[in-house]
This record gives sequence, C-alpha cells and structure tokens, in this order.
Amino acid sequence: MSGLRVLVGCKRVIDYAVKIRVRPDHLGVVTDGVKHSMNPFDENAVEEAVRMKQKKVAKEIIVASCGPTQSQETIRTALAMGADRGIHVELAKGEEDLQPLAVAKVFAKLVEKEKPDLVILGKQAIDDDSNQTTQLLAGLLDWPQGTMASVLEHSDGVLKITREIDGGLEDISVKLPAVVSADLRLNEPRYATLPNIMKAKKKKIEKMSVADIGVDVTPRLKVQNVVDPPVREAGDKVPDVSVLIEKMKEKGHLK
Amino acid sequence: NAEYFFFKQWYQRRVRGAFWQQVRCLSTYGKLTDHILSSIGDIVGPHNVTTSESARNLHGTDESFHPTQAPDAVVTPLNTAHVSEIMRLCHLERIPVIPFGTGTGFEGGVGAMYGGLSLALHKMTEIVEVNSCDFDATVRAGVTRHQLNDWIRADGLHFPIDPGAGASVCGMCSTSASGTNAVRYGTMRENVLNLEVVLADGTVLHTAGEGRRPKKTSAGYNLTNLFVGSEGTLGVITQATVRLHGIPEATAAAISSFESIQNAVDAVVEILQCGLPMARIEFLNSDMIAACNGFSGLDLTEAPTLFLEFIGSPAGVEEQAMLAEELCVGNGGENFAWATEHSEREKLWKARHNCWYAVKAQHPGKHAYSTDVVVPISHLPDTIVHCHELAADMDVPLPIVGHVGDGNFHCFLLSDQGCPEEVIKIKDFSRALALRAQSVGGSCTGEHGIGLGKRELLIKEVGPGAMSTMILLKKSLDPKLIMNPGKVIALDHLE
Repeated sequence: MSGLRVLVGCKRVIDYAVKIRVRPDHLGVVTDGVKHSMNPFDENAVEEAVRMKQKKVAKEIIVASCGPTQSQETIRTALAMGADRGIHVELAKGEEDLQPLAVAKVFAKLVEKEKPDLVILGKQAIDDDSNQTTQLLAGLLDWPQGTMASVLEHSDGVLKITREIDGGLEDISVKLPAVVSADLRLNEPRYATLPNIMKAKKKKIEKMSVADIGVDVTPRLKVQNVVDPPVREAGDKVPDVSVLIEKMKEKGHLK
Repeated sequence: NAEYFFFKQWYQRRVRGAFWQQVRCLSTYGKLTDHILSSIGDIVGPHNVTTSESARNLHGTDESFHPTQAPDAVVTPLNTAHVSEIMRLCHLERIPVIPFGTGTGFEGGVGAMYGGLSLALHKMTEIVEVNSCDFDATVRAGVTRHQLNDWIRADGLHFPIDPGAGASVCGMCSTSASGTNAVRYGTMRENVLNLEVVLADGTVLHTAGEGRRPKKTSAGYNLTNLFVGSEGTLGVITQATVRLHGIPEATAAAISSFESIQNAVDAVVEILQCGLPMARIEFLNSDMIAACNGFSGLDLTEAPTLFLEFIGSPAGVEEQAMLAEELCVGNGGENFAWATEHSEREKLWKARHNCWYAVKAQHPGKHAYSTDVVVPISHLPDTIVHCHELAADMDVPLPIVGHVGDGNFHCFLLSDQGCPEEVIKIKDFSRALALRAQSVGGSCTGEHGIGLGKRELLIKEVGPGAMSTMILLKKSLDPKLIMNPGKVIALDHLE
C-alpha cells in the first residue's frame, strides 16, 4: 500500500474545564458565550492520524466536522495538528440537534465521496456521552469496527487494535477499510503551535450543507428534562462508633 | 542613620525581648468577634465564612517546614467588591488578613502569626480575557497556572513560568515565583503587565490602569513590580494580566555528566556566552542522581549532571543540541545524550522531574525541606562546595538541584518533624547557606520569597537604606499593619 487515506471526525463541544449550567427551560445546558473546544477523544483521533502520517503509514488526512459555523475553528485546530484538509458540514437553523445516527449517516456519505481506507472518530463526545457514532457508521457501511482503541498498529491492510473494555484489554485484528474509535490512552495529543496555526489557515476546508449531502437528520430522540444533580448536603460528625452504628440503623443502612 | 537603626533593634530585642513585642502586638489587634464574622457573612454569604477547625488548619499550612498557624476564620470572597468591603471592615477593626492562594508556598507565608482571617481566593476563578494576538491574558485570583494553560492550549500559547507546584497565578505574583525556564522566559517580575490590588483600607487600584495591557510603559511609578513579590503584605492581588508566549514548535532535551561541579558550571557559562537560547539548564549533583537512580530505577552515572532543553524550529534545536554537545565535551562532559521525540525526552529528563519525590522516598514519613539561594554563576562551584562543608556534621546525603542558568539552586533536606534537633540543624544550615550566598553577591532567596524564616536575612541583604525605604512603603500602604503581619518584615521593625 502506498499509504492510507484517513478520514478523522471531530466535534466542537463545551470545553471540559467549563462549569456547566443547566438552562432555565431544563431542556439542555447553557452554550451561549461558553468556551468550546475540540472533544478530547477527537484530539486523540487526530493525533493518531497525524502519527500515522509521520510514520508514512498514512498519506492523507481529511478531518470532517458537522456543526455550526464555529466548527470551522475546531477543524482549523485539527489542521494545525497536522491534518491535510477539512470538510465542514455546516448545520442550518433547525438542524442543531444532530444525533449520532444522523452523524453516522452524514459520515457514510462522506466515506462514499472521499473513499478513505480508515475512519477514526473519538470514542464519545463529552456533551452527550453517546459512544454510538462509530458503531452506527460501521453498521451503515458494513465495515469492521475497533472501538475504544488504546493501541493501533497497521501492517499490510490489517489493523491490530487493543481495546479498552470493562474486563481489561482485548486484542483484535481488523481488515481495512475499517472504522475505529479512539480512547484516551491511545496517545498524548500534541499542542497546536503558532507556526502550525498560521500554516493551517492556508489549508483547504470544503463547506457543504446537509441538504447538499442528501441525508435525513431528523432527530429520533427527544430530551425531556435536564436537571442538576441534587446538592450535596453537609455530613454529620459522630463522636464514636456506637453512635455511628445507631445512626446507620436509623437511616436503614444497617439492620 | 544606619548605626542608630541597628542599635535600636538590638536594644529593643535585648531589653524588651521579642516575646513582649509579640504580646504587645497581639493586644493591639482587634478580635475577630462573632459580630464581625456575621457582618462578613452578610457580605459574602454565610456559607463562605467558616471557623471549622479543619478549614482553619488547612489555611494556616503551606509546603514549608513552618508548623501550621491557623487563622481565627476562613473567608471566601467571590469578587473584588467583596474583598474591598472585607478589607474596609478589617481595617476599621484592625483584624489581620492573610490572602491565601493555593497554599503551595515554601516560606510560611500563610501562617496566621497574630490570628485574624485567611482570605481564601480560590472561588475567584474567572479567566477574564485572553488576547492571543497580543500575547496577554487576564485572570482572577483563584486561577491556577495549569487552568490558564489548559484554557489557551488551542491558541498555540502558554504561560511558561513553572514553579513545581500548581500555584495560582496571583499567588505567583505575590511571591515573584519562577521556574525551570526562567533562563528563557524570566520570572514573574518580567511577565506581569498589570495587577488589580485591594489595599489594606479597601481601596481598589490597577497598577497600570484599569483594562490596560501595554507591553511596555514609562507611565509613572512601577506599582506592578512593587506588588510582585510583596507576599500579601502590601495588598490583596485580585487580578493579574500576564504575558503569554508561543508554545515551542520543537523541543530537544539533552543530558551530560561531568567529573566535577566546576566542569559542569564551566560548560554552562560557555553555553550561555555562546548565546544559545537555552530553554532550561538544570544541574543535579551526585547525591541527587543517586536518589533518582534509586527511585526511578535508572542507571545514570553518579556524577554532577546537566539537564538541558532547547526550543525552536526542528532544524534550530538540532543545531543547538550539536553545539551544546561540543561545549559539554570540551569541558570534560561524558555520556552526552539528546533526543527530540517526546517519550525519549521524558526518559532523559526523568531524574530531574522526579527529584523531589526521589529524595522524600529515601526516608518515607520525613518532611522534606528545600533551601533556596541565588549566586552569580561564577560562584556556583565554590558555594556548592561550601554546602557540603556545612552539611558535613549532619551526616546525611545532600541532594542538590539547581537552575544553573540563573545561579539558583536548592538543597533538599529531610527532617523528622518530631525531632527538634534535626529541624534546628536544617534551619542553621539554611541560614548559613543564605549568608554565604549574600557574601558572594547573591541573594538569600531566588524564588521562594522571604516569608517568615528569612526576615533577618532580608535586612542584611538589602542594607539599612533599602530596608528603611521598604519599611516606609509598608507603613504608608498598611498603617494599621493588618496585611499578613509578621511576614517579610517583622512587626517589631514596624512599630
């Protein structure tokens, strides 16, 4: 193989360091004026693709994002990390509630268009924690999948993947073309440096709309209610073990 | 005049005794009554005022060897207006106030020697603005340097000053902190553009003017650098505007051992004189390398070792590393190794990164103390030799780590907190070392500050003229002496 074409997906989400506030209408969280950045797992995905290119395993990295106008900034960050060109599927008014199945359908169309050998996505977005897009996309394409990857090795059209699973680590072998989702321990993402940010401004970002692609992105799930977790109450300090046992019995934790 | 000044001090100490001074001071400070606390509760909300023992102990403790001195209460303001109102009240009632950032200081700066309240600033967490094109950022008192760096990572910028701890940016202003890359980026003194400060009487000021962030200015007195390093004794720093720098494009790391400390320092001098734009030059002595070998399972040669870091373009760092190799080898350097790839660099620098823990691991349970002096680089070898002479009767290894590019080094000493003789020996060592540093034109503190333990050394260091000027400034800005009393300048020099 002369080098793989890799399609990487990234999502613009509220920055992980921001203190989240529930909207007054309890249908979501406040996003206006709040700092956003690239989803952390997507940083791992981009970084992995860039490393593959440095090792000459990959020859081209295309980064794609579905989102509002500001998603362009997220794509630019990926370009500054080393991706070659970008695709921005810009959402129109009324399309903002884009759910994993819709994203998977959009990416399936992008795959049709760009014909990559490998798709790498972040394992889940930190705003909805769905962890579905990779799996749905693999299903739509009928491609093999390697999710929660913490090690990725390529040789001759086959990917050796170590997956992080509840019981520990699972090693699988997957034939290309395939869809992979990146986990946190896959790599340590690089910082975009100023010279690379400057260079990224010159890289191409192709813009298209959902209508251009011809995908039905109607949401299938409706959020009914979003609330804060209950406020933590002050603890009780007891003088000795016998009082502790008494209190635990009172509260029904002990018989 | 100078002689009278020193005679007066001697007389007061000898005849009146320090104890009576303290008693007299204690009796003139106001008491933090429930009524006052309730008024403060009205300002910040009652849940932001606490007298719980654990909160008070936490806020009277830092990373120094000074024992905990708990305040009478801990107050957590949410904004500058709160701080101003609290100061106005405390000024009226003469209540000591100790600003508290992250409690990571090394010189006992947070101890409430005369009681009063700790002003816990950790809830003021706003990053007010970042101007990436202008390379500046403005942060409130509760923002730590890690939080700031996290915030600006996507812009290709970082705030490079890296004291070991996750300190707050305003706390770093307060102690004029510095880190391993001061040789490249300078210390806080060179990186603060503007400060918002609340004075003892509640006055709010902006040292360079509100909202201003000029890269350079000749406008009026340099108030910014008056408050940088003032350790909470002149006012409460509630906001800082700091310089940002570009994240390096490429980094290379190198390591080289030497037969003697003199050879290592000679190599450093030549490297600096060649104009190599070093990012970091760190020195570890044999004892430190031994500790690190044991802790991290390395097998470095137990000899004085330099750890170097270069930044720039990929071609640039390679060039720098090659030149540095030439200079090290030319000074008897051995085992020179360098790398550009991230994990390789981490491996080379592993000893340096873990040295604090490596030393603590030699005697788990003992408290670790770090000395802090600066000398002109040419005096590094003889000063370090002198350290070993001073430590001879302590019969312990003497691990030393130094930011040799600045002539600043730290000896790590372990002590059993329950063993007063050990603690006294360490204090004596530290004092003798500071005096030696001063005698060769250096300073008794490179980055940790004066705090509690180095007040007498400060007098010796700056001399009577500067000392009386500092006293004048302190008394003008804080006439009731409520701002972190007992730190930097002892109360008996102020009354």
